Formats: sequence, structure tokens, C-alpha cells
Amino acid sequence: MEKEAIIRFERVTKIYDGQVVLDDISFDIERGKFYTLLGPSGCGKTTILRLIAGFTEPTEGTIYFHGKPVNHIPANKRQVNTVFQDYALFPHLNVFENVAFGLRIKKKKQAEIREKVMEALRFVNLEGYENRSVQEMSGGQRQRVAIARAIVNEPEVLLLDEPLSALDLKLRTEMQYELRELQRRLGITFIFVTHDQEEALAMSDQIFVLNKGKIQQSGTPKEIYDEPVNRFVADFIGESNILRGVMLKDYLVEFAGKRFMCVDKGFRPNEPVDVVIRPEDLQITTRAQGKLQVRVDSQLFRGVHYELCCYDEDGNEWLVHSTKKAEVGEEIGLYFDPEAIHVMRISEEDGEKIDEN
Amino acid sequence: MKTSIRNVYLLPYVVWIGIFVVAPILLIVYYSFFDIEGKWTLSNYKMFFTPIYLKMAASSVWYALLVTFFSLLIAYPAAYALTKTKHKQLWLLFLILPTWVNLLLKVYAFLGIFGTYGLANAILAAVGIGPKQILFTDFSFVFVSVYIFIPFMLLPIFNALEELNPSLVDAARDLGASAWTTFRRVVFPLTLDGVKAGCQAVFIPSLSLFMITRLIAGNRVITLGTAIEEHFLVTQNWGMGSTIAVFLIIAMAAVVAVTGNRKRG
Ligand SMILES: Nc1ncnc2c1ncn2[C@@H]1O[C@H](COP(=O)(O)OP(=O)(O)O)[C@@H](O)[C@H]1O
Ligand SMILES: [Mg+2]
Repeated sequence: MEKEAIIRFERVTKIYDGQVVLDDISFDIERGKFYTLLGPSGCGKTTILRLIAGFTEPTEGTIYFHGKPVNHIPANKRQVNTVFQDYALFPHLNVFENVAFGLRIKKKKQAEIREKVMEALRFVNLEGYENRSVQEMSGGQRQRVAIARAIVNEPEVLLLDEPLSALDLKLRTEMQYELRELQRRLGITFIFVTHDQEEALAMSDQIFVLNKGKIQQSGTPKEIYDEPVNRFVADFIGESNILRGVMLKDYLVEFAGKRFMCVDKGFRPNEPVDVVIRPEDLQITTRAQGKLQVRVDSQLFRGVHYELCCYDEDGNEWLVHSTKKAEVGEEIGLYFDPEAIHVMRISEEDGEKIDEN
Repeated sequence: MKTSIRNVYLLPYVVWIGIFVVAPILLIVYYSFFDIEGKWTLSNYKMFFTPIYLKMAASSVWYALLVTFFSLLIAYPAAYALTKTKHKQLWLLFLILPTWVNLLLKVYAFLGIFGTYGLANAILAAVGIGPKQILFTDFSFVFVSVYIFIPFMLLPIFNALEELNPSLVDAARDLGASAWTTFRRVVFPLTLDGVKAGCQAVFIPSLSLFMITRLIAGNRVITLGTAIEEHFLVTQNWGMGSTIAVFLIIAMAAVVAVTGNRKRG
């Protein structure tokens, strides 16, 4: 049997002051998974979380919790808790009282409150900080307090709005591991918001890629990385070479003035398409052996690989990640397998974008 | 060198404070030690601790408390509603506007409204309650005072509410708090400084009201403010007037000291 969805969005639209912020969004959230909402700033990620938390109601469509519509259920009656983007810790309360806030509302016994708060603080490695003022704490510590304050209520779903974006790189990587580990230990559903694609790929079971209030693609990190459905996703998820091309027939695509074998099919004959080749799928070789002939324009050493920026005769830019070194100005060949080519349908929006440019 | 330049800039302020604040206070203290014939005495202070003046002081404090309480009761929800409206700065301006009108004008306007043939009685008559004595009652005194002081309560509370991070309210709701609990546990404690500032701005001047007491309350309400006015202008007993003023100043300083420790940490 299909797993039961905890949360379901059915054709949800949100309009603020005449501006469509979420456009006809549908998805299911299952128990115990780590979900990520990924998209550029302003695409509507926070709005989705606010709809789930109950701070705002959809303009159209229905939100279900365990199959029951909850559009009009206020935030304080929902089994979800939020870790806010700015943490939103209560400045007039100390760490203990911040974490105890939800339990006090539920009128739990003092002894139980104490025990649960201490356990939550232990969970986020903040033992011994309970009497601190939240104003004295660092960004990373505040964030842990915010997480403890949320999980102490044992929610079914934890919403996290860009919780790591205010942290420096080292702490951020550390917290990525900790959050993922926390989700496994608690076994509850996390819905995590970020605009950082590496973070999303590293942490998630399931990613929703959003742009302009629409879900562009949903899938596992690998699916999203390997099989982007359109130019936006391919571009947003890591560096790629994206070109206009024509699908001549099944398994044969034309781009950069040449014809190539590929593994894609199911397009109309001569359908215009977008073609993606990841920089790490391109190998440097001699001009004769290469499928493409390019000239190296610049080269950067990136630690694990060299990053080459090349141009072919038509002026298309090619980004190459190679363990082999090349010389700037050198004429080289680029080789790739048919599997490295990923062909995508052109979406309407992308068409517009091209026309504008 | 630098500090001396800064001192030069400070000079006009120091002179101003010296002439218009410090000197008058010293003068008041000085006068409080003289009786009506101009002889040095402590009798004014003895006099203050007689039942007449103590009752007057108690009544002043009582009315000031009433005025402060009702101003707060009205201004807090008003300020809260104001922060939720669209053109809040404009609405705020409308609510602050009456403070630009001279106090006496406003008081005279109320004399008209509350008078026997005024608007208030016309309305009472129309709904069948019939004309009532409104002017020269405690009610009218408190009502007009509250009307006059509300903007001074409203403004600091409005500012405190505006400064409140809205995601704190979301956080409280998220953790299960009802709207009322959110107000009690989060919004009110975090706007307490604004409330204190507002209470100061209302309580202190309403301790020494005198114009309204005479015109609206018809001298039914006798406060320390009225007594000071009497002593200076009618009985010409400057010594006693000054003594009462000294106690008023002490009371105000006490209020500021108690409510004044704003912005901790
Ligand atoms: N309360 C609101 N009133 C009006 N517009 C809003 C409101 N909240 C969000 N928006 C608009 O909705 C869009 C999406 O916002 P948001 O969900 O915060 O994006 P993200 O979190 O992905 O950066 C933005 O253009 C923002 O201006
Ligand atoms: Mg956001």
C-alpha cells in the first residue's frame, strides 16, 4: 500500500496584493522523510512553510493533514513546529524558558517540563546553558535553542526556514550533518528550506525545486541532479553546460552544429530542445579524438579538479571539470559518452527568457 | 582639546537647563521655607502633613492613577489596532493631531459638549435617558483628562509595538499559544517599556492638573495642582504653594525612578 501522506497540498494558490506567490501547487509529504524546498529568493518557499504552519491561509486550494482539510485551523492547533529564519527566540526569557514555552502552554507538570527541556537541550548539545540569556548566545547556539524549542513539543513535522543561512561555512557544514542526524534519531518529518543547492543535495530524501511560485521538479537529489526536467533546474542545480538543440529523431540530437548519439527519446521529430552536459562528464582529449573542438580560454585549480572555461567555433561556452591540466590558449578536443547528454523539453517560461535576451 | 570643543557645544543646553529648570526648582525650595509674612519657618512643611493637604495629595494621586489607567486601557488596544492598519502613519498623525490644539480650547470645547444644552445631553435625551448633570462631575473630569492625555500614552506604546519582531508572535502561536496567551506572555512583556514611558508621560502631568479641574470639574476635584494655583494667585501664600510644589517634584522624581529603568542590557 502507498504510504499515507501526513500533509497534502491540493492545487494551492496564494495571492498577496494581486501578486501570485504560489501558483497551483500540489504535493504530498510522507512520514519520517527529510524534504527540502529549494529555490531562489522570493520564489515562495517561506510562504509554503507559513501555509503549513497555519500563519496564513491559501487563496485557493486545500491543505490536508492526515486527510482532513486544515485551511482554517489556526497555527496553535497544528501538530507542526517551526524553526524560524531569524530564530525568533523570546528575548525576555532565558534558554530554559524559551524551550519550555510550548510545554507551559500545554500546562504540563513542572517536573515533566524540567525533564523534557533538559532532554531537548541535551539533544542539541546545549547542556548547562539553561540559565543563559538568549541574547548572550552565538548564532549557532541560538539556532540550537530554536531547534530544541521546536522538538521539545514532539511535532509530527518540523519546519526549518533557511536555518543555516546565517552561519559561517564551517559551522554550516557541521550543522548540516547534525540536522540530518537529528532527523534520523527523531524519526519525524523535516521540511527544510534553502536556496543553496549543495545543501539540498547533501541533506534531503526528497527535493522540491521551486521557481516563481511553481514546483519545477520534485525527486530525490540524484534524480534532480541527473535528470533535470528543464533549463531552470539544470542551471540551478550545480554548474552545467546548457545549449539549444534540435531532437532530430529518437536517440539523435543536434547541437553546436553537430549531430550526436544520445539515450533520450519520445520527442517530436525536429523538436527544439535544451541540452545539458555536466562539466564533470566532459573529458579532455586531442582535437582528433574529441567530439567537440574547443579552445581553452581560462583555467582555475579547484583542489580536486581543474575548472576550464572553453569556447567552440560557434562561440558556445563549455565548462569542463578535469583532473588533467590543459594550457590556456590550447586547442583541445572534448569527449563525452552518449549517456552524458541530457535532453530537456523547452518550457514556455524559458522560451520567453530566450526572446528577451 | 576635543572635550573643550564639545563643552562649548553643550553650553547653550547647560545655560538653558540652568535658567529654566535648576534655578526655578532651587527658588521653589527656597520659598518653601518662608511663611506668608516673609519669615523663615518650617511651618509650611508641618502644614502639609495635616489631613487637609494629605487628603488633597491622596486625591491627586488617585485621579492621576484613574486618568493613567483609562488612558492605558484605551491607548494600548488603539495602538495595537493601529499597527495592523494600512496607512498607520497617517492614522497616527490624526490621533496625535489634537495635541497641537491649545489645551484651553479643547477644554472649552468640552464645556460646550457636556453643558446642559450640549451635544452629550442632546444624545442622552434622544435615547430617552434624559438630560443629566455631566459637567462638574468626577466623570467629566476623568473623561476630559483622558482625552487630553491619550496621545502621550499612544505614541510610546505604538513605537514599542512597531519595534516588536512579528516573528515572535508567530513563534508563540506556533508553540501552541492562543491569541490571548501570546499577548500576555510575549507581546505585553516586550512592549512594557513603551507602557512605562506612556504611564510616565500621563501620570506625572496629571498629578498637577489645575485648569481642567476648575473648568470641567468645577472645583469639585481639588488636586495639588489646584492648591498651588490657589496659593500663588489667590491667597498669595507663596511659601505654602512652594511647599506643595516641592512634594510634587519629589513625587515626580519618584515615579521616574521607579518606572525609568528602560533598556536593560
Ligand atoms: N505578507 C506578505 N504580503 C505581501 N507579499 C508577500 C508577503 N509574504 C511574502 N510576500 C511575497 O511573496 C513572494 C515570495 O515570498 P517568500 O515566500 O518569502 O519567498 P522565499 O522564502 O522563497 O524567499 C515575495 O515576492 C514576497 O514579496
Ligand atoms: Mg524565505
